[in-house]
Amino acid sequence: MAVKVVQRPQLTFWEKLYIPQVLCGLRITFRHFFRNLFLHIAHRFGRRTGERAGVTYQYPEELRPLFSRLRTRHRLMVRENGAPRCVGCMLCETVCPAKCITIVPDEHPDPDVEKFPVRFDINLGVCVYCGYCVEVCPEDAIRMDTGILDIAATSRDAMKLDIHELMNPQLRKPVASCELDFPHQCEVHGGEVRGSWTQPAAVAHEPRMKPSKLRTSDLDSRSSA
Amino acid sequence: MIEALLIKLVVASVVFGGVLNLAGLHTWVERKQSALIQDRIGANRAPIFGFKLLGLFHGIADAIKMFTKEDVIPRGVDRTLHTLAPFFSVFFALVAFAAIPFGPQLHLGERVIDLQVARIDAALLYIFAMLSLGVYGVILAGFASRNNYAIMGGMRATAQMISYEIALGIALIGVLMVYGTMDLSAAVEAQGRTIAGGWIPLWGVVAQPVGFVVFLVAALAETKRLPFDLPEGESEIIGYFVEYSGMKFGMFFLTDFLETILVACLATTLFFGGWQIPFLQADGFHFPWGTEIPVANWLYVLLGVTSFTVKVLAFCFVFMQIRWTLPRFRYDQLMDLGWKGLFPIAVVNVLVTAGVMILLGGQG
Repeated sequence: MAVKVVQRPQLTFWEKLYIPQVLCGLRITFRHFFRNLFLHIAHRFGRRTGERAGVTYQYPEELRPLFSRLRTRHRLMVRENGAPRCVGCMLCETVCPAKCITIVPDEHPDPDVEKFPVRFDINLGVCVYCGYCVEVCPEDAIRMDTGILDIAATSRDAMKLDIHELMNPQLRKPVASCELDFPHQCEVHGGEVRGSWTQPAAVAHEPRMKPSKLRTSDLDSRSSA
Repeated sequence: MIEALLIKLVVASVVFGGVLNLAGLHTWVERKQSALIQDRIGANRAPIFGFKLLGLFHGIADAIKMFTKEDVIPRGVDRTLHTLAPFFSVFFALVAFAAIPFGPQLHLGERVIDLQVARIDAALLYIFAMLSLGVYGVILAGFASRNNYAIMGGMRATAQMISYEIALGIALIGVLMVYGTMDLSAAVEAQGRTIAGGWIPLWGVVAQPVGFVVFLVAALAETKRLPFDLPEGESEIIGYFVEYSGMKFGMFFLTDFLETILVACLATTLFFGGWQIPFLQADGFHFPWGTEIPVANWLYVLLGVTSFTVKVLAFCFVFMQIRWTLPRFRYDQLMDLGWKGLFPIAVVNVLVTAGVMILLGGQG
């Protein structure tokens, strides 16, 4: 049987005295203490704000910078006329490993578009944030770049996002009123299909979706569209 | 007669009010100082009317929590001793402060007031007695809890405190020899002398540097805080107050802080000149280069009390810094340090002090 002799570190005379070693330790803690104390005071007067005095973030008030590739809550991209960019191809629903996406497509009046989603639901309580739906989408219609991390709810139903919240990430449950004018299965109105393609509002619309919750200043080029 | 009683009452309330508030403040200092050392921010919530004051109100929130929590008394414990133990702990830590002089004599008209709750001839022995009696709180807590972990913790605490009290006492014998008194007021007054042509004040730390180091280490062990927190070891080895909750736990918690302050007071009084300020005599400053500034009695007292407070706070700060710097000793290391390290050093220190005093002809 092989015997491995473990060499225990031998303390030198000065290390055995404890006191010099204690002073070395104290030097480190004092250095941190006074550096941070100085920086905290300087921050009070608005100086040296570039240097952080603590590595912690004061979470609800102060948010950590997010990496631009971070996958956060989903959103559906919106066309200029206010309709979703999604063409109802079902690729994301198919690829989703958690099976959290539900799409009900319908025929689009424009023959170039073919289809659009009457219903587009994502159950965030089931979603695993793998990002496959974003990867697979041929139309760049779904993205996970809202920067929304605080996804929490008191019921399972509240975790289920429908097309209203996906097209406008600033909406929070309960959604008060429906502003969508294309035909969709409207949860606000008890699940009946509302809207039509012929309404005048559907023609020229300000893009409703403004990713104002984004915290990263340098999102990658894909999201600048 | 009644006046003298009232004056004592005022002095006592100043001392105990100050000490208890300082102990409460320690909870805040502990949080904030450790946060700064570890690059964190520390407790900064608990606002009152929107004012956070750097989280200063967390101590108040803690106190409210402690007082309103359920006080669990486990089944089968000795209820009397279980209840008595935390009171013992706090009581003996508090009464020891009575012998600490925190300022020079105040002259109010005809009256001369000692800024000390009780001027005891054997003040040092009194404080040691109180420190030793504090062990009862610890060991009673361990025995009365009907919990093996608590008994083990109590035993560890008792062994540690008794071991280190010996080193502590012998370290102070050197100081006693230098000052020739056990009266702490007289000891502080003796530290007003100077040596080297009036340049260096003859504080205890100058006369007894080795004694000071031994005292400091042993005193840290007495406070049962890191690196000597084997009695508690709340995270893994579990100490004597496992079975305590609510304010009874809070009293043990408070005792630690009170003992830290007591030890800081003792170190100040015996080794750092108590309320003395270098070159300040009762009638004013006498600088070695000849400058003299007269000082009125009230200002002298005020300066003295301020000096004492500042020194005590500085010691508390250093103790806190040490507590957040060093990890815990192993039990055998603890005993080795106490019996094979500090004890012989303290004895040799006494012998050397005696030899030097004989050589100097009895002059400290």
